Amino acid sequence: MQELDTSGLGSVRVTRKSDNVVVIEKDLATEQMVLAMGPQHPSTHGVLKLECLTDGEVITEAVPYLGYLHRCFEKCCENVDYPAIVPYTDRLDYLAGMNSEFAYALTVEKLLDIEIPRRVEFIRVIVAELNRIASHLVAIGTYGIDLGAFTPFLFCFRDREIILGLLEWASGARMLYNYIWIGGLAYDVPSDFLKRVSEFVTYFRPKAVELCNLLTKNEIFVKRTRGIGIMPADVAINYGWSGPMLRGSGVKWDLRRNDPYSIYPELDFNVAVPDGKVSVIGDCLSRHLVRALEMEESLKIIEQCISKMPTAEGFNPRSAIPKRIRPKAGEVYGRAENPRGELGFYILSDGKSTKPVRCKGRSSCFVNLSAMKDLSKGQLIPDLVAIIGSIDIVLGEVDR
Amino acid sequence: MGNNLNAWSEALSGFYLLGLPLGLVILAAIPLVFIALYSLTYGVYGERKISAFMQDRLGPMEVGKWGILQTIADILKLLQKEDIVPTSADKFLFVIGPGVLFVGSFLAYAVLPFSSAFIGASLNVGLFYAIGIVALEVVGILAAGWGSNNKWSLYGAVRSVAQIVSYEIPAAIALLCGAMMAGTLDMQKITLLQSGSLGFAHFFLFQSPIAWLPFIIYFIASLAEVNRAPFDIPEAESELVAGYFTEYSGMKFAVIFLAEYGSMFMVSAIISIVFLGGWNSPLPNIGSLALNDMTSGPIWGAFWMITKGFFFIFVHMWLRWTLPRLRVDQLMYLCWKVLTPFAFVSFVLTAIWEIYVP
Repeated sequence: MQELDTSGLGSVRVTRKSDNVVVIEKDLATEQMVLAMGPQHPSTHGVLKLECLTDGEVITEAVPYLGYLHRCFEKCCENVDYPAIVPYTDRLDYLAGMNSEFAYALTVEKLLDIEIPRRVEFIRVIVAELNRIASHLVAIGTYGIDLGAFTPFLFCFRDREIILGLLEWASGARMLYNYIWIGGLAYDVPSDFLKRVSEFVTYFRPKAVELCNLLTKNEIFVKRTRGIGIMPADVAINYGWSGPMLRGSGVKWDLRRNDPYSIYPELDFNVAVPDGKVSVIGDCLSRHLVRALEMEESLKIIEQCISKMPTAEGFNPRSAIPKRIRPKAGEVYGRAENPRGELGFYILSDGKSTKPVRCKGRSSCFVNLSAMKDLSKGQLIPDLVAIIGSIDIVLGEVDR
Repeated sequence: MGNNLNAWSEALSGFYLLGLPLGLVILAAIPLVFIALYSLTYGVYGERKISAFMQDRLGPMEVGKWGILQTIADILKLLQKEDIVPTSADKFLFVIGPGVLFVGSFLAYAVLPFSSAFIGASLNVGLFYAIGIVALEVVGILAAGWGSNNKWSLYGAVRSVAQIVSYEIPAAIALLCGAMMAGTLDMQKITLLQSGSLGFAHFFLFQSPIAWLPFIIYFIASLAEVNRAPFDIPEAESELVAGYFTEYSGMKFAVIFLAEYGSMFMVSAIISIVFLGGWNSPLPNIGSLALNDMTSGPIWGAFWMITKGFFFIFVHMWLRWTLPRLRVDQLMYLCWKVLTPFAFVSFVLTAIWEIYVP
């Protein structure tokens, strides 16, 4: 069977139906187009680049290209003392700085094996949960924008502003706090802080429901997210997913319950998983719902912390902070439940230095994003946007 | 009222200066000035304030009292901007794109009766012309999208063309229902048929219960035709950056913007002419209180016409800041499998109503 010479015909599509029948369609050949989505694209949530191979509006393949926000976090850590790493952890997941600090402090405390004052633990949990709500508000708001709903975003930011104000009051910074130190806190909370926080809880509870209804009761929103980007539970586990992403796939896995740390075992809260009534388990809507439900759980945690909080009498937030941190030789892996999943730190100490020999961050966003190739296959461009939004990445943590 | 129909526009078109038809130029300039003024005030400033109100914020507050001079500042900024044509763009298409787009939406203003005494061109097929001429916008969008030589622009243009061409079908059929009730395609006559001392009760929307169906169908389809949310997929910001006008800046961008606002008023005007009585006053005469007579006349007519148009534009804005965006396939599904069949149904029902119900 000889090859057909189509050189003079311009762009053609040759289809061989059988040995004798060859269909040549002139000027009908379609090509796949490479579409570089990002790093400057409004809905890649930062400087993520997705190189998409598209056939019309359908994406045949989408490969994430990372590293535009790489700031050598791990190398920096090897060159500074243990306490000086805390501000760097803020810059990982900059939407949930408190949680990142918390995870890092837990890890080093595990390595040092030190006892933390009880009030410190309560304050840590309160600020971390406040930050979790703030982070989920950004996730939900920007997800609305990804799907073309502008208004929920501003509602979210209005309420997030209150949280940022509270955290600023406690720590002095709006986003990059450097508040949770190894062995303690930078400062005790201001005297009226708890009152204001409980005021916020009463204010925010109905708002959270309103916000949830604004999107999940919207027919178009549900149509855009229901059944899109379905991730089965087993595949999600194999990818190493964690946090709301994994719970969205129906796995009841929350480090605050499954590998409890701090005072979480004493607190009463549910691990939010979708019930499959509104959404298909594992789709974008499930992941969105998990975040919306988690805000309510965080409010519950904050309320309990406020009621159980030990008094500030004779309390020094820096009392347990070691003067000089030089851990014994050894390694440790500590992890905590961040708004985006499991944030873990692996720290290797040689026992001589005040600096870690190795400090590796295990980023939940990075792991969650790695499933992009699977999730995006055969989706439309608008669905790809919906999927990226539901993964809720923070590029600061992906690239580190 | 019938005898002074189109009095102003006829007087204007008969006005010659030094043998030049200056009156015709003024006649064409009036809608142009109207588009510019309304876009400046209600379109841009109004939309920003309305969206701010809906989103629990203030909107522009810095330039002038309550930020009323913000739009002027924006225009000045746009005027000063460098007119960038990308090196790899098809220069001819890139330059004419916004122009054709604007002309497409502006040409339809010729047959909009702004008042009982004013219409650009009193065509006897005015409605048909208005439906047809809008398709010219497609050419402009395609030229802009293709000429930009940008993948996102191309996606936007292709989506837009598919959308506008599809949605013209339910839109046209829905308008035909109105034309059937009137028995004419002349915009001025359609409006005239809806006048009477009972005000809104004479409007086609309230003349038959079936008229609600084409009214709603046309409203949805018109949203899609002017690329407004929830059908703004051709410029879907979060997907296609800015769709077919990604590469535009400065005054070219301003012209595209103006065309969008022009089309918004155009479809709002058409829906209010065909279903809501155009320049007729909605107020009824109640006994000796002759509200309808008091609020009728050429000047009141212009007021009612513009108010009704602005009301629908407000609904456009309201929807835009409320609803998320549909997906491309959902948009086509809505057009071909929902709106078009229902448009046909309403067409048949209207015909039956017109024949058997006096």
